[in-house]
Amino acid sequence: MIREVEVMVIGGGPAGLCAAQAAASAGAHVLLCERDGVPGGQLVKQTHKFFGSERQYAGDRGIFIGQRLVQEVRENPNIELLTDATVLGMYEDGVVTVLKDDRHLKFRPKKTIVSTGAAEKFLSFPNNDLPGIYGAGAVQTLMNVGGVKPADRVVMVGAGNIGLIVSYQMLQAGVDVVSVVEAAPNIGGFLVHAAKLRRAGVPIRTGWTVKEAYGEGKLEGVILCQLDEKWQQIPGTELDVPCDTLCLAVGLTPLAELCWQAGCHMEFIRELSGHVPVTDENLMTSVEGIYAAGDVSGIEEASSAMVEGRLAGYAVAVSLGYDTENSQKEVDAARKELSELRSGPMGGKIRAGLAKVAEKRGEAVC
Amino acid sequence: MRIEQHPILQFDRGEKVTFTFNGQPVEGYTSETIAAALHAAGIRELGHSQQLHRPRGLFCAIGNCSSCFMTVDGEPNVRVCVTKLRDGMVVEEQEGKGVVHS
Amino acid sequence: MLIKDGIPTAEDLASVCPSEERLAKGPIAITECFQNIACNPCTKACPQHAISMEPDINALPKVDPDKCIGCRVCVAKCPGLAIFVVDMTYSEEKALVTIPYEFLPVPAKEQMVTGLNRSGEELGSFKVNRVTSGGKTNMTWMITLEVPKNLAMEVRNIRVGV
Repeated sequence: MIREVEVMVIGGGPAGLCAAQAAASAGAHVLLCERDGVPGGQLVKQTHKFFGSERQYAGDRGIFIGQRLVQEVRENPNIELLTDATVLGMYEDGVVTVLKDDRHLKFRPKKTIVSTGAAEKFLSFPNNDLPGIYGAGAVQTLMNVGGVKPADRVVMVGAGNIGLIVSYQMLQAGVDVVSVVEAAPNIGGFLVHAAKLRRAGVPIRTGWTVKEAYGEGKLEGVILCQLDEKWQQIPGTELDVPCDTLCLAVGLTPLAELCWQAGCHMEFIRELSGHVPVTDENLMTSVEGIYAAGDVSGIEEASSAMVEGRLAGYAVAVSLGYDTENSQKEVDAARKELSELRSGPMGGKIRAGLAKVAEKRGEAVC
Repeated sequence: MRIEQHPILQFDRGEKVTFTFNGQPVEGYTSETIAAALHAAGIRELGHSQQLHRPRGLFCAIGNCSSCFMTVDGEPNVRVCVTKLRDGMVVEEQEGKGVVHS
Repeated sequence: MLIKDGIPTAEDLASVCPSEERLAKGPIAITECFQNIACNPCTKACPQHAISMEPDINALPKVDPDKCIGCRVCVAKCPGLAIFVVDMTYSEEKALVTIPYEFLPVPAKEQMVTGLNRSGEELGSFKVNRVTSGGKTNMTWMITLEVPKNLAMEVRNIRVGV
């Protein structure tokens, strides 16, 4: 049996929760599918305070923002929330299949918002498969969701926001953070995060990388080394650092498999960190009725993901004829918020990526 | 090791349960994933790679990758990083690609 | 250099440090925020409307030295934990420095703690003058320390116990 659905939102992270809430508050009926048992996406482990402005709950801790968004969604009678529900496929006839409680469910949504987020990238170096070499997000899950002390002595690779934030959170969990190493010549994350770590005594080494890891059966240490301006390892700079855990915070990549399956026009855009669906100003992909919001359409901060979700949700409401005047106003407001969030120097990369998306969209139309 | 005190978080661990890892009893809590309970018990090696038999642990902890596949209650290829613990669970390292029993 | 190692330079600090005259008048907030990021809770937090950001939320915060009364509300509100309050008028020899703190254990009033500089190096043992909670959901503590005046612009973190 195929169940007809008005709006389906795939993924209950910051983008998906906001998308569902937006579309539903305009009057649309929404089915929100979340693969985990608890909605919230990666907000469930963000113990730090968010940046941005009031509209993105700036100053609140990510975990509490997540709880608030989940509560709004649970209280909205227009939203049906399916947890432990993994979307498996999106087919050309519009059918979306979902695995829930070992059953294979079929839906046919009028509109679909894909907000499946991202996955952590890996890094290649000898012995990078040793147990104890984890994604930084994995360690964040272990300690902030599982309540497990993830390590005794850790080296963090990557001084972007995730690397800096997770290092700080490891200090809060009682872990000895030996060093943060960053291959780039400069710290990529917010400098206030870097300063916080530094004054807690954690050295941040820019222009350094992991040469290799070692250990019998599990990680026992890493050899760090310095890089020259051409990113080549400088012989003689090797530093042996004993540690039981190495965290990789070397970027995220969009989880866009469903967009591929649905036949969306996909492009590899470096600034957005991978293959992304080409979307229009309403965040609709090249496939009519399929939208993409949040990290799946380009890696950015969670604040932007929330606003993108809201934008897509209201855009869907407009397209379905729900409260069109007000919904359109919300779409315009979300666009304005996004351009404000992206307008500073830290938004340069995302602006460049989005400009490429706009270019690709033009090419596809011609 | 588990975090006893945290400046921001409080952990509701649920009930204490016992499960087995490769036949050895291990204690954990119902709010935990199998991977979290094993990690808390100091067990990081969850399996071996299929061809070179190199030791493998978890990588993403949120169900994206396949680094933590184990056999749980006879079912192979279970992502232990997103599977909640239950009392009496039998958790084993799996051989190769795992065999699905019908 | 801040962008290389996370340590603000003397030049960075000079750009946010209040004048000697202003410091001599009473407590004031110092925003050690040197990067244009989209963030503005400090401007909303200040009851005196002393922190502004122009033209938009990507600008650096500016503290109006005439309006700021050093009330410390902004210290726990800044998501980057980048605001400190310095009071050079506390006593003849000592100044008060308020820092945001998010670790355990939280020190008690009168307790001696180790003061750290912006590189995490120890500067000595200092007495806690005041401990204020940021609130149930804010969860950032504001720790006020008594430090020698010459270290008021140096002490930016603490270590409690070992």
